[in-house]
Amino acid sequence: MTGLLIVAVYVALFVASMLVVGALTARSRRRDFTSLKTVTFGDESAVRPNRWASVISVIVLFLIWGAFTGSKLVPIHVPGPFVGDTTFTYTARNAAGETDDATVVVRVHAVGAEVDDPAIEEGDGFAKNDATRIGVYRSELMRLGRNDEGGREDGYAVVAIDGQPIGPNGSVRTAHGTMTMNERGGTNFVPDQGLQMQPLYLPSPERVVEALVEVASDGYRNFTLVEHLGWSLIRVLGGFALGALVGIPLGYAMGLSDWFRGWFDPIVEFMRPVPPLALIPLVIIWFGINETGKIVLLFLAALWIMAIGARAGVSGVNITKVHAAYSLGASKWQILRHVIIPNSLPEIFTAARVAMGVCWGTVVAAELVAANVGAGMMITTASKFQQTYVVVMGIILIGVIGFAIDILMRKAEAVLVPWKGRS
Amino acid sequence: MTGLRIESVSMRFDLPNGSYVQALKDVSLDLAKGELMSVLGPSGCGKTTLLNIVAGFLAPTQGRVVLNGHDVKGPDAERGMVFQQGALFEWMSVRENVEFGPRMKGVPAAQRREGADRLLQITGLGDFKDKAIYELSGGMQQRVALARCLANDPDVILMDEPLGALDALTREKMQGLVLKLWKETGKTIVLITHSVEEALLLGERLLVMAPRPGRIHKEYRLPFAELGVSTDLREVKTHPDFATTREEILSMIWEMEEEIMGRMEDA
Repeated sequence: MTGLLIVAVYVALFVASMLVVGALTARSRRRDFTSLKTVTFGDESAVRPNRWASVISVIVLFLIWGAFTGSKLVPIHVPGPFVGDTTFTYTARNAAGETDDATVVVRVHAVGAEVDDPAIEEGDGFAKNDATRIGVYRSELMRLGRNDEGGREDGYAVVAIDGQPIGPNGSVRTAHGTMTMNERGGTNFVPDQGLQMQPLYLPSPERVVEALVEVASDGYRNFTLVEHLGWSLIRVLGGFALGALVGIPLGYAMGLSDWFRGWFDPIVEFMRPVPPLALIPLVIIWFGINETGKIVLLFLAALWIMAIGARAGVSGVNITKVHAAYSLGASKWQILRHVIIPNSLPEIFTAARVAMGVCWGTVVAAELVAANVGAGMMITTASKFQQTYVVVMGIILIGVIGFAIDILMRKAEAVLVPWKGRS
Repeated sequence: MTGLRIESVSMRFDLPNGSYVQALKDVSLDLAKGELMSVLGPSGCGKTTLLNIVAGFLAPTQGRVVLNGHDVKGPDAERGMVFQQGALFEWMSVRENVEFGPRMKGVPAAQRREGADRLLQITGLGDFKDKAIYELSGGMQQRVALARCLANDPDVILMDEPLGALDALTREKMQGLVLKLWKETGKTIVLITHSVEEALLLGERLLVMAPRPGRIHKEYRLPFAELGVSTDLREVKTHPDFATTREEILSMIWEMEEEIMGRMEDA
């Protein structure tokens, strides 16, 4: 229910901001060359990301997150769960067929807070007033007749709530909740839960930031945050480095010799489509759950990608470059060193970016399965203890680090292979 | 004995479907040191195959190529190549490209730098020494290719449509440069082209080849290259013999093309 509402709000904000920004920026169009193109639908080069849309998109995400989690950072909220005192009356009929009303005061409070039952008077008549406490997002099976005169006799029944008749399998809305009656006449009171997400499902942004501060200063499960993330990174770098160390020469050999190509083609082509995650069980059986197993897994994840990248780099060399180098007197070794290797660098960088992404995803998954330390271990342990805020924090950090790795690789690419895509 | 000698070279290879291709049949040719020869012919006449055999990238099935008294066995720095495009090394600067040959031979840095500077000056690239290859225009890139080839001081320069990818104006300028370099360096040059005009301008000797099987059809000795060294190329084109020779060669090639078309229709 809340999920559908979130989607609806998101779509509405998407459309509304598009129309509003469109109307506001209609007059201040840039007068550069692209703005003068009349055909933009289908011209990829004329489609430039609207920066307003990007900024608003991020703001909208946080607004919705905050609005649906009761964040204090966000001014607008959807109705939250009811907290405070609410009352309703019930009408009971005793064995003699007489009816009487009584009032119930319910105090809904934050879970874990110290609160007393609301003070009440018994009232007159055979039905006596009740008082009870319910934690937020919880409900209570109420035995309204518990303190009533004749409440335990056969023939006693609750027949109405707030004056509205109720029977088995029926329910009645009160001021701040819903009373339902089951088949055997038992009554269950659920205070209004509002439209916000329970913190168990989605914590508010500030709770996640709090979790970050907590874990950063106190650590989590015997390791500091830096250790958790650092170990994951070290595993990735180790596995990737080994994979590149073996995969690149293997790819070169496959690109340069028909025997190597023929020998390794079946292996590479078979292993390439096997997702590294599918190897986790076998790797654990062979190498155990310690560092060796993880490094081997990441090595296998990077190996085939790097080998195929290096092979493509060699195959992609323009034959005229090789011919030219031979005619300039270069030896085979010199051609490998000065022509084939530099020429394959763009392909190798592309493969390295893919491999780093795959390794990062694989390490987190491997840590989900078994680890003492690591980003994946942190979120999977937190989920077992229902610490959703640590889970969300961990996911965000994993995403940020993955993104940072890719940005770094792209920067390195721009510096080291400036000729990429320009020949 | 100096010079390039092609002795009854034939080239024939099998196709996967069991038939074969006779790319070249019994081609013989003598080229003295310092001669400039252009090669023309319809597509499929084997002119690029012939060039690749001389360069040493392909082995002929019969015959041999002899340069300065020894057989050609494979590619070597004595036979420089200039390709149409894509042969420069993008990961090196203009200067590094030009220095590549001497560097592979182990020429000391100072010496090869001096040689590269001189060639870059001659080819009009003095101000572009440290530029990256992808920053240069197509014409500039071909200047680098010429300079790189000359830096190695080869005995023969083989050019495979070196100006084919350039626009008409740049092409005219570059034709002048090729003539100038030929005269200044005294190199033996074999140049393949698709343009009859270019073949006339850049051919002391002009070879017309015929297809299926690839063979020499006719050879000319022309005065225009020598003329073009001292005169403007556009004036050379106004020479009375120029137009008549061009027409003669054009109709010759047209006939060959039509014959091919006719044979294809028969089949």
